[in-house]
Amino acid sequence: MADAPTPQDTIPAPAADADLMRQMFATIHLIRTFEERAAEEYMRGNIGGFLHLAIGEEAAVVGSVMALRPTDPITSTYREHGQALARGSDPRAVMAELFGRATGLCGGHGGSMHLMDRERFFFGGYGIVGGSVPLAVGLGFAISYRHEDGVALVMFGDGATNQGVLMESMNMAKLWNLPVIFFCLNNQYGMGTAVDRASAETELFKRADAFDMPSRRVDGMDVMAVYQAVTDAAHHARTEQEPSMIEAIAYRYRGHSMSDPDRTRPEEEKARWHARDPLITFERVLLGEGTVTAEDLTAIRDRNSSTVEDAVAFANDSPVADDATLADDVYAHPWTDDPRGSAEMPQVRP
Amino acid sequence: MTTDASTAAAVSYREALTQAMREELERDPNVFLIGEDIGLFEGSFKVTRGLLHEFGPARVVDTPISEAGFVGLGIGAAMSGLRPVIELMTVNFSIVAMDQIVNNAAKVRYMFGGQVSVPLVIRMPGGAGHQLGAQHSHSLEAWFTHVPGLKVVCPSTPYDAKGLLKTAIRDDDPVIFLESEGLYAKKGPVGGPDDLVPFGQAIVRRSGAHCTIVALSRMVWIALDAADTLAAEGIECEVVDPRTTRPLDLQTIADSVRRTNHCVVVDEGWPECGLAANIATHVYEACFDWLDAPIVRVNAADVPMPYARNLEQAALPRQEDVAAAVRATLARGA
Repeated sequence: MADAPTPQDTIPAPAADADLMRQMFATIHLIRTFEERAAEEYMRGNIGGFLHLAIGEEAAVVGSVMALRPTDPITSTYREHGQALARGSDPRAVMAELFGRATGLCGGHGGSMHLMDRERFFFGGYGIVGGSVPLAVGLGFAISYRHEDGVALVMFGDGATNQGVLMESMNMAKLWNLPVIFFCLNNQYGMGTAVDRASAETELFKRADAFDMPSRRVDGMDVMAVYQAVTDAAHHARTEQEPSMIEAIAYRYRGHSMSDPDRTRPEEEKARWHARDPLITFERVLLGEGTVTAEDLTAIRDRNSSTVEDAVAFANDSPVADDATLADDVYAHPWTDDPRGSAEMPQVRP
Repeated sequence: MTTDASTAAAVSYREALTQAMREELERDPNVFLIGEDIGLFEGSFKVTRGLLHEFGPARVVDTPISEAGFVGLGIGAAMSGLRPVIELMTVNFSIVAMDQIVNNAAKVRYMFGGQVSVPLVIRMPGGAGHQLGAQHSHSLEAWFTHVPGLKVVCPSTPYDAKGLLKTAIRDDDPVIFLESEGLYAKKGPVGGPDDLVPFGQAIVRRSGAHCTIVALSRMVWIALDAADTLAAEGIECEVVDPRTTRPLDLQTIADSVRRTNHCVVVDEGWPECGLAANIATHVYEACFDWLDAPIVRVNAADVPMPYARNLEQAALPRQEDVAAAVRATLARGA
C-alpha cells in the first residue's frame, strides 16, 4: 500500500482566493453528506443495483474538477456522484437518478454508475474499468481538431492502470499532443486487491514515463495540492499542447460498493487514513487562516443537510420512469418504437 | 442489378467507397477518417487511396495498432459532435475493440437518457476466401446485429456501397459498415453525390415465383449464380438482399415469401445463433401459414476457417450449396 506523499513532494498551495476555498470545502462536505444519505437510502431499498461511494476521496474529486473551466469535458468511472455534484449538477436530479426516477439526470436509464450532465460538460460515468479513457482522448481530439483551448480530464482508478486500453490511450494522446489530463485517483484498491498485489510498478504515475509524458504524484487527501496539480496540468495542456498524468493518492473509507462488507482491509490502515480526512484537515487549514469562521462552517453544514434532504424528498416524490420510455433514446433516428425491436413484427402487413 | 439507378461509368466497389468518403469529407468539415495505415499507405485494401493527399493529415489520421484505443477515441470525438469514419483494417480486429463498440458506442445514448449522440461509422472488410486462415476470415454480422444501439450495413454492390456509406456518415447513430473483401474489385454503376440509399430497405435483385433466397453482401452474388443455374432447370428464384441487418426490412422479405411459399437464407457466417437463423425465425413468425416447406439455411461450416484452399472452399457457402438447398425445400413442399 502506498503512503501519501510527504509534504515535500507536493507543490506549494496556490494563492486560491478565499471564496474558492470556501466553495471547495462546501462541495467536499456536500458530496460526503449526499453519499452518506445515499447509503441510507440504499439500505432502505430506494436505490438498487450497485452503489459505489467515494467517501474519503472527495478532496481529489473536488480539487480536480474545480481546477478546470466549466466547459472542459470530463469523464469518470462508476464512482462519480461527486464529479457530477462538483460540476454543479442539481443534487435533486442526481438523487432522482439513483432512485431510478423520471426526473433523474438520465431519466432512469443510467443509475448510480451512469450519470451524465452534458450541459455541464460532464461526459459521464462508465462501468468498465478503463473503458472511458479513450473516450476522453476523443474529447481531447475534438478540442484539438476544432482548434479550441479546452482540456479533457479523464478520471480513472488504480485498477485501470493495468488495462491495456489505458496504454493505447496515453500513447495516442502523447503521439498527437492532445489536451488531455490522465487523472488517476489511486484509492489503493482495485475492489479488494491492493495496488502492490496487482501492479509490478506501484508508483503508478510512472506509467507516463513510457510515453515521454510528464506526470506527478500528489496527496489526494489535500484538496489544494490536487487543485494546484490540475491547474498546472491544464495550463500546460492549453499552452504547450501536451497531455500529462496525475496520480492522486487517496483512500476509500467504505467497501468497493454497498454490497462489499469490507472485511479484508486492516482496521489500523483505515484509522490512519480517517485521521487525514479532508473534512478535518482542510477545516483546520481554513479556520487557521481565518478563511472561514465556525459560524460559516455551521452554515455550510446546515445548507448541505437541507440540500440533501430536499434531494431525497424530491426523488421520493418523483414519478418512476414511465414504462413507455423503455425504448426511448436507443437511437437518434429510430425505425420502430417497439422495445422488442424487429422481433415483434408488428410492422409486417398481414 | 436492374433496379439501381445508374450512371454511365462502372466503378469498383472499392472506388465507390472512396467516392462516398471523398464527397462527405468535402461536404462536412466535421467528417474525418481514422484508422491503421489509411493515410500514407492508402489503406490495407486501398479504399482510402488519395484521400490523405486531398484532405491532409488532420482529417485522414493514421493510428498506431490500437483498435480499442482509436475506436474509443472515435466514440469520444463523436460524442462531442464530430463525425468520425473509422477504418478497422479487417473485421477480425474489431474483436479487440468489442468493449468499446458494445459498451460505449451502442449504449452511450441510451444509458445517459439521450443527452448525446454517437454519429460514428466503423468500416471494416470481412468474409473469407483468400486462404487467410482461422483468425483472418470472419463474418461477424450476427454479433453486431445482436446489439441494440448499433446499425449494421452489408452492401453487395458498388451502388449500395456508395449510397449506404453516405447515409451512414450522415446518420446520427453508430453504424457498423461491413464490407466484403471479395467484392472490392466488383464493378457496377454508382450514384451521384446526393444519391443516398436508406437503411432498412431491402431490394429484390432477381424476381421469381418458386423460391425466395435471402442473401447479403457477397452471398447475393452466390445466390444469383445459383438462381441462374436453377433457371435452366425451370426453377425461378427471387433473390432478396436486405442490405442492412439492423434495421432489417422484414416487409420485403415477407412479401416475397408469401408469393413463393419457400425460403432459403444464405449467410457467410457460422450457423449457430447466426444471421440466417435469425432471419429464418422472423420469416417463420411472419409467414408460417404461407410456407409450404421448412426454411433451409446455407451457412459457413461450423468450424474455424482452415487454410488449405480446398478445405476453405468446402467451408464456405457455394452456389451449388444454395442450389441444392432450393431443390431440397421445393422437394419438401411439392
